[in-house]
Amino acid sequence: MDFSLSDEQLQLRDAVQRFCEHEYPAASRGVPDAPARMDERWRLMADMGLLGLPFSAGHGGSELSAVDVMIVMEGLGRALACEPYCSTVVLAGGLVAAAGTPAQADALLPAVVRGERRLAIALDEPGARYDPLPLAAKAMRDGDGYRLDGRKTLVFDGDAADTLIVAARTSGAPGDRDGVTLFLVDATARGVDLHAYPTLDGRRAADFRFTDVRVPADRVLGEAGGGLALVEAALDRGIAALCAEAVGALDALLELTVDYVKVRKQFGVALASFQALQHRLVDMLIACEQARAMAGVAAMAVDGGDAAERARLVSAAKVQVGNAARLVTREAIQMHGAMGMTDECKVGHYAKRLLVIGQSFGDVRHHLRRFGQEALA
Amino acid sequence: MKLQFSEQEEGFRQEVRAFVRERLPEDVRRKVERGLRLERHDYVAWYAKLYERGWITPSWPVEHGGPGWTPVERYIFDEETLLGNAPRIIASGINMLGPVLIAFGSEEQKRRHLPPIRRSEVWWAQGFSEPGAGSDLASMRTSAVREGDDFVVNGHKIWTSYAHFCDWLFCLVRTGSGKPQESISFLLIDLKTPGITVRPIRGIDGGDDLNEVYLDNVRVPAENLIGEVNKGWTYAKYLLGHERTGIAGVGASKQQLARLKRIAATVRDGGRPLIESPGWRERIAALEVELLALEYMGLRMLSGAQIAAAPGVDASLLKIRGTELRQAIYELLLEAAGPAAVPFVEEALFLERADEAPVEPELAALAANFLDSRKLSIYGGANEIQRNLAARALLGL
Ligand SMILES: Cc1cc2nc3c(=O)[nH]c(=O)nc-3n(C[C@H](O)[C@H](O)[C@H](O)COP(=O)(O)OP(=O)(O)OC[C@H]3O[C@@H](n4cnc5c(N)ncnc54)[C@H](O)[C@@H]3O)c2cc1C
Repeated sequence: MDFSLSDEQLQLRDAVQRFCEHEYPAASRGVPDAPARMDERWRLMADMGLLGLPFSAGHGGSELSAVDVMIVMEGLGRALACEPYCSTVVLAGGLVAAAGTPAQADALLPAVVRGERRLAIALDEPGARYDPLPLAAKAMRDGDGYRLDGRKTLVFDGDAADTLIVAARTSGAPGDRDGVTLFLVDATARGVDLHAYPTLDGRRAADFRFTDVRVPADRVLGEAGGGLALVEAALDRGIAALCAEAVGALDALLELTVDYVKVRKQFGVALASFQALQHRLVDMLIACEQARAMAGVAAMAVDGGDAAERARLVSAAKVQVGNAARLVTREAIQMHGAMGMTDECKVGHYAKRLLVIGQSFGDVRHHLRRFGQEALA
Repeated sequence: MKLQFSEQEEGFRQEVRAFVRERLPEDVRRKVERGLRLERHDYVAWYAKLYERGWITPSWPVEHGGPGWTPVERYIFDEETLLGNAPRIIASGINMLGPVLIAFGSEEQKRRHLPPIRRSEVWWAQGFSEPGAGSDLASMRTSAVREGDDFVVNGHKIWTSYAHFCDWLFCLVRTGSGKPQESISFLLIDLKTPGITVRPIRGIDGGDDLNEVYLDNVRVPAENLIGEVNKGWTYAKYLLGHERTGIAGVGASKQQLARLKRIAATVRDGGRPLIESPGWRERIAALEVELLALEYMGLRMLSGAQIAAAPGVDASLLKIRGTELRQAIYELLLEAAGPAAVPFVEEALFLERADEAPVEPELAALAANFLDSRKLSIYGGANEIQRNLAARALLGL
């Protein structure tokens, strides 16, 4: 058991922190950036090596662990960074690295690492509510390739992606574990319709409709019909990363609130002098520390080999982080008074990001259920 | 003790219910039902119906146009209008200023200001809070200096709800240098007076209800002073203590619980409506029990008030539990939305553009409504302040 960071990891943490302080000045956090500005930052992240963190040296990466990804995500969360790091590097990039053929990995990963290509996963379908099993999009054999039909919803950063990883059934029926296949689909391919929209946290997501999209056989990612296990592992990596991002955001909220109660005066004294608030600030601190511990547990679990153990611990982390986010955002807003209800105040922006993380890739109830299934199995 | 409402009260309930069903404009009803944005004309459309019926100012005495209801009837009215998804009466002229004018205003002030309030022709904003004076309202600094027949007002009010669609401001101003509570006056200010700037403050949910009001050498005729100079704190306290029946928000809670059940019956998880899962049923039931207890605590206090009619601090208890319960319901609504809470198309919060939401229309506003519900424990005396009050007054601490 060891929760300490190595010297290299401490350096990574400091580098990310410096990058974020420079790139996301406190005053403009939460304000949507112009696309050109985001592109520029993406290049800087590539230059720092952040986009290649988990990938092999052969693809230009640095072969680091999920704990290192956690360090990056925590920094990005604290700065409310809005780049598609989780979508491109962790979720989709991770899938390509885990399941791609050498040719597929060669074609995609070096470009991802250089910041030249963005990816997203198109998994959820309308009405699915966090469970990938009922998945109904279909891919039929057609000559030496496939024809893809179906709808996907809430694809994070979908409109920024050059390549999508689409999950569709090549056999079986909705609800079957077998028969799900992953496809690498060009976002500009014929028959791909995109409807993008803003999300509560000021970022973007998209719905996709695939109509008779032709996908060559060499764009099948992983074993045909065996996609579900890959998806589950990828989602767990993504969730672990989002938990780390949430921890960064929680820290920032606690810090903002502690700073605020020290300077805001009512009745001639700082709000900080009221014990009614002090005790609740300590409860916020406890929630942050438990979340931090669990985000670390989740990161280590996704690098471990055991799928059931991984699922159990990642779900536990998502539950803990979700509950912490509820408590900390509620209290942060409350202690800021009316100021906390405004768009000018950074508290609301962190609150909304945490809310989106909480409602994505399984909410507290979903993960409680999953934890229960794994723990009681 | 008796558990049922009287036959007369039940009859009144049916009457209000039928009225809402027949007279509430359908588009306004839908906006409230789905938690969409309301504009001044939406409120006015409904208030006009209430005015015609003589129901627009439930808390005013009969001689000024009140309906002469008992507290229980007012309670039933609140509940039935909210359950029918009518807009709340948010007009500060009706809820706040009217009672103050009636109690402390001059005959001329009543004659001039009360009728346009009842007809919803003139909308009033409440100018109490300032950047430096929130919970500690008595520390407010906006000053009014007498010059001839005018007061010259300088200062900065903030969190002024709906000021952007209001015509007048009732305002606390500093008129002396004595004890803070004894040097405050209560002034009526036409928002069209030169020197006033209203700036909107964008809310956490993207809404534009909040504003700040800058007053720069604003000349206000001395006839707009309510009561006596330096007695404004007394009037303000009267105003804040006045609206007791609605403070628990029982009607609002019932409205949102009904919405929660509707949504839980349509949103599916694992192929089945949420409402069919034991976990969801238990959580909804828990809120409902809490609501019953709140309702009966309130009714118990209310039946006491019908005898004694003394406003008491027990209202703090209703405010604390009532707002926390409403927030808990909004939290569960948010959970019911699941991933549908993530997209946020601001335009779709207007009924006319509701079809631009990438989710079912019933779910489009849930995240915004949840965020907005955080205000309930901040305004109207923050819950911390209510707890301080109750500790002092009810427990003698
Ligand atoms: C949506 C909304 C609408 C509003 N509309 C109006 C309006 O129309 N007109 C108007 O004049 N005002 C309005 N207000 C302002 C409202 O009255 C104030 O927000 C409220 O009085 C709290 O003041 P504050 O926001 O400055 O918070 P602060 O007083 O700074 O308080 C911040 C936090 O500290 C806590 N706190 C303060 N003192 C103590 C203490 N002694 N012990 C423990 N905790 C304490 C508070 O409870 C709160 O949680 C509105 C506010 C909101 C949110």
